[in-house]
Amino acid sequence: MTPPPGSLLAAEDLRKAYGPTVALDGAEFSIHPGEVVAVMGPSGSGKSTLLHCLAGIVPPDSGSITYNGRELATMPDAERSALRRSEFGFVFQFGQLVPELTCVENVALPLRLNGTSRKEAEKAALTWMERLEVDDLRKKRPGEVSGGQGQRVAVARALVTNPRVLFADEPTGALDSLNGERVMDLLTDAARSTNAAVVLVTHEARVAAYSDREIVVRDGKSRDMERVV
Amino acid sequence: MSIGHTLLGLLESGPRHGYDLKRAFDEKFGHDRPLHYGQVYSTMSRLLKNGLVEVDGIEPGGGPERKRYAITDAGITDVQRWLATPEKPEPYLQSTLYTKVVLALLTRRDAADILDTQRAEHLRMMRILTDRKRKGDLADQLICDHALFHLEADLRWLELTAARLDKLAEVVAK
Amino acid sequence: MSMGQWARDLGMGVRFAVAGGREGWTRALLTAVGVGLGVALLLLTTAVPNMLSVRHERDSARSDIDYSFAEKKKSDRTLVVADVDTDFRNKNIRGRELEPEGAKAPLPPGLEKFPAVGEMVVSPALKRLLESDDAKLLRERLPERIVGTIQETGLIGSHELAFFRGGGGLAPYIDGARVARIDRFGDTTPTETRTDPVLILMVIVVFVVLLMPVAVFIAAAVRFGGERRDRRLAALRLVGSDSRMTRRIAAGEALAGSVLGLVFGTGFFLLGREVAGSVEVFDVSVFPSYLNPSPALALLVGIAVPAAAVLVTMFAMRGVVIEPLGVVRTAKPTRRRLWWRLLLPLGGLAMLWPMIGQGRDGGTFNEYLVIGGVLLLLIGVTTLLPWVVEAVVARLGSGGVAWQLAVRRLQLSSGTAARMVNGVAVAVAGAIALQMLFAGVENDYTKNTGYDTERAQIQVSLSRGARLDPAAGKFRDTEGVRQVYAYAEGYLGERPKEPNMGAEVTVGDCASLREVAKLSSCRDGDAFYVTNAEYDEDTRKLAKDAGRTVFLDPSYEGGPRREEAAWTVPQGLKQAGMRMDPMGRERGGFLLTPKALPTAAQTALRGQVYLKLDASVPDVYDRVRNTSAAADPLSQPMAWSSTRTSDRYDTLRTGLFVGAVAVMALIGASLLVSQLEQLRDRKKLLSSLVAFGTRRRTLSLSVLWQTAIPIALGLLLASVVGMTLGVVLLKMTDTPVVVDWMSVLSMTGTGAGVVLAVTLLSLPPLLRLMRPDGLRTE
Repeated sequence: MTPPPGSLLAAEDLRKAYGPTVALDGAEFSIHPGEVVAVMGPSGSGKSTLLHCLAGIVPPDSGSITYNGRELATMPDAERSALRRSEFGFVFQFGQLVPELTCVENVALPLRLNGTSRKEAEKAALTWMERLEVDDLRKKRPGEVSGGQGQRVAVARALVTNPRVLFADEPTGALDSLNGERVMDLLTDAARSTNAAVVLVTHEARVAAYSDREIVVRDGKSRDMERVV
Repeated sequence: MSIGHTLLGLLESGPRHGYDLKRAFDEKFGHDRPLHYGQVYSTMSRLLKNGLVEVDGIEPGGGPERKRYAITDAGITDVQRWLATPEKPEPYLQSTLYTKVVLALLTRRDAADILDTQRAEHLRMMRILTDRKRKGDLADQLICDHALFHLEADLRWLELTAARLDKLAEVVAK
Repeated sequence: MSMGQWARDLGMGVRFAVAGGREGWTRALLTAVGVGLGVALLLLTTAVPNMLSVRHERDSARSDIDYSFAEKKKSDRTLVVADVDTDFRNKNIRGRELEPEGAKAPLPPGLEKFPAVGEMVVSPALKRLLESDDAKLLRERLPERIVGTIQETGLIGSHELAFFRGGGGLAPYIDGARVARIDRFGDTTPTETRTDPVLILMVIVVFVVLLMPVAVFIAAAVRFGGERRDRRLAALRLVGSDSRMTRRIAAGEALAGSVLGLVFGTGFFLLGREVAGSVEVFDVSVFPSYLNPSPALALLVGIAVPAAAVLVTMFAMRGVVIEPLGVVRTAKPTRRRLWWRLLLPLGGLAMLWPMIGQGRDGGTFNEYLVIGGVLLLLIGVTTLLPWVVEAVVARLGSGGVAWQLAVRRLQLSSGTAARMVNGVAVAVAGAIALQMLFAGVENDYTKNTGYDTERAQIQVSLSRGARLDPAAGKFRDTEGVRQVYAYAEGYLGERPKEPNMGAEVTVGDCASLREVAKLSSCRDGDAFYVTNAEYDEDTRKLAKDAGRTVFLDPSYEGGPRREEAAWTVPQGLKQAGMRMDPMGRERGGFLLTPKALPTAAQTALRGQVYLKLDASVPDVYDRVRNTSAAADPLSQPMAWSSTRTSDRYDTLRTGLFVGAVAVMALIGASLLVSQLEQLRDRKKLLSSLVAFGTRRRTLSLSVLWQTAIPIALGLLLASVVGMTLGVVLLKMTDTPVVVDWMSVLSMTGTGAGVVLAVTLLSLPPLLRLMRPDGLRTE
């Protein structure tokens, strides 16, 4: 099988087991630039594992992951890390902001990891914080801001490197509906404006409704809901 | 909910008398509201007229005459089409969906497929609503939100049912 | 509040302490080891006064020759004792020759019966030494048959070398100093003998220096897992326990660790007591039985340590309010103030200041001031360090991401960081100070003795009446002896008793005399005099009156009657020029050739033999001692050296080093535990940082910086305080101040090594924690 034409990131026949637990059992995935794809499924279905494999955080046991013509599944860790630093962005449910750093330093962190100077990195960070309407928090530490604000800071951090793919794992999981929607509005708008693809893992249908397409993962197998209808 | 499709589905497992059909329907789907025999009679004659069932034979007996109905190929196709078509996402859908799922299980069709089809339809609706909400004013937002919450509840039900299909199959097979 | 409720709450805390899984056990164990070490050290400390007094009692109970010169009559209850101390290598051996004069003669402590002539009873340590292969020379000197061992009551240390041997015909030699007649053992005129104040100072400082880090460690140990405990207590609040109950439960947890620590401590102490019985420091050894802490003090330790542990816990919880839904830290930490932190070390210095320059001879050190001063100085490290860390970290500029992460974390919780290294810093500071003190005092001991040892290295004083020439001959035949200078030496006065004038008398052949004076010509029968020697005032006057009668070996008031041999200052006395004698001393007075001295006066002089040795001959000193013992059993060889080398501090230094390293290793272990705990709490964060591409190297480096920065500051502060304390201690002992850079380096190096090891050991778990598993939310 070849990845669907025009896809930015595609995976085929992914298999991954953690010890005796099979997390992925032949999952497939593909996403185009600018597309928002929701990955849904019950707890323990393997949707987070799918995201981790797609993002090159963990290598799959077998199968292929093609990003922009490059094979991720067999790429060495250092290269995958570099890719994550420069081309991917991440938003998680919680516990992702470094509590010691101020918000602007947190947002600037991915740029600094790429070697950008502190001043420049923080300047770019501030631009993104403005877009996510959290620029007034720049001097605050994560412990001093609300959950919704923290998540928006995290989104700013994920986008500050202008990633081609944004991976969001339950980005609103710890938020109420109103804050969750605010984060989703800003996240999808920002991603669309930069033509970034968004892989959105969620178990909430109303969050998934922000996507263009939905993939359901059950027992380690994926199902593209477009093809069902 | 379509009684016709349901009765047709029940016939798929073999020819039945009218009373038989009513009893089977009541057992599986009737729960608190048993079907009136007259409803069965009129539905069956409509199906007969449309060529979806045929009379398999007449059993003479002490009571009223007992026609035995069997499903035709056209009938099977009709049931298939009905099951595969997602319902228009709207409130209080579950009785229809439930019937469809049970019938699918009874006729050894892929019940998960039915649920996924419905799920995709629900989400499509939700996308439209979400989009409208993002572009609309506060009134739009509130109206859309109401619908979205209901759809979300349905979707959760779909998910839950999908997760419990195996158990349901056991119950239905009894 | 009922007792039952109290007991229940405390009991629940105890259960939490021990039932927390592997981690809980590790924590309880580390706390217990820390508390145990503290308890053991405290018990040992409380036993030290007892130890010193037992030693003193034993020593005075066996004292025999008391220099009283009061002559006793021979009776059936008298005993003649001769001091036959000897040296083997650099070890002193206490020797006594015993000649009972009747059935009721007093038996010395530790002896069951008198050894007969040709027999001896030895201490266990001497027995071991004699039986070893390398003590052949000593065995030659002490050839008597060993018929028993001296009991503990007759010894003042487990490693003391001592013997008693049977003697005969000692009575003529009785002089009250070397040989005495006694009718009882024990000090008749007990004097308050002073233990070397420097030794006491060292003992005090050693214990304070070892105790302080242990105390800091205990304080840190009972706080292990504080955050987790707080969360647990919050959960208990949720199910309905009130804030007093939670405090009691926390107290119970702390109590469990420290009670276990008491058990450990008792074990450590008993172990330490046995070990103490098998080591020798400063040529001082003790028997385990000496180390019995007074019951009251032991009880105090047993109560104080658990109480302190509980108090520290309460103190640590003072700024924390445990609410049912979590932990609220009250009062944002205010900026640390410097003034009171400086007050402590300055106060310490102020307490030590008055004792500066007291020295070894200048009286006593006030123990309380010493303890207080050293304590305050060392506590000063723990109070200054948080301020220093905070002040420095707040000013640390930008750097790489790893640096930024570490600095920011330190800025946010510099207190935690400082607390982690406090123990190491205190240990290092104390150890540096002590090492400096040791090194300084050691230098003091290897100071120049002023003797010219180019020409002679050993002097043998023969006993009264021993003949000089045969003895000199024997020395000449001894291997390793290059040159023998033999003289009969004495002192004369212008009248037999209590003379007002005096002069030295030296008798030797012409060749020997030329070694001590410049003679123009010399024949046997000549007599010379030398004036203007050091301490000599009267020779000029006495030499002027030829024909005047003077008296050799005059008597003095309070002393025994001496020879008082008359001698006439001869005609034709020649003046001789002064020259340094073989011992590097200016020798004045009268120099006589043998014929110039009347035979009758010979017993008034003592034979002295000066020997020049070939240092390359192994054990040459002991060969000479053997010859000396063979030639004259009562002779006394004394070795001179230009520098007195002393290796007696080596063991102590090694011991201190080992102790400091052990304490630091313990602190390191606790550091590791809290480090891992901290890392585990940050699991999610670490995994998410890795997810967005942070290099593992960056995170590892940040962990390293995070410990390296406070430890560097801690070691710096420790070096400054340690050296300050060292300088003060050296000044107190009136010892020239020399900074022992080696020990500063080795101690700071050890401290740095411990931290490096902790970081390295926390890396594998860190790398494990950085795996994406931490990202799983479901």
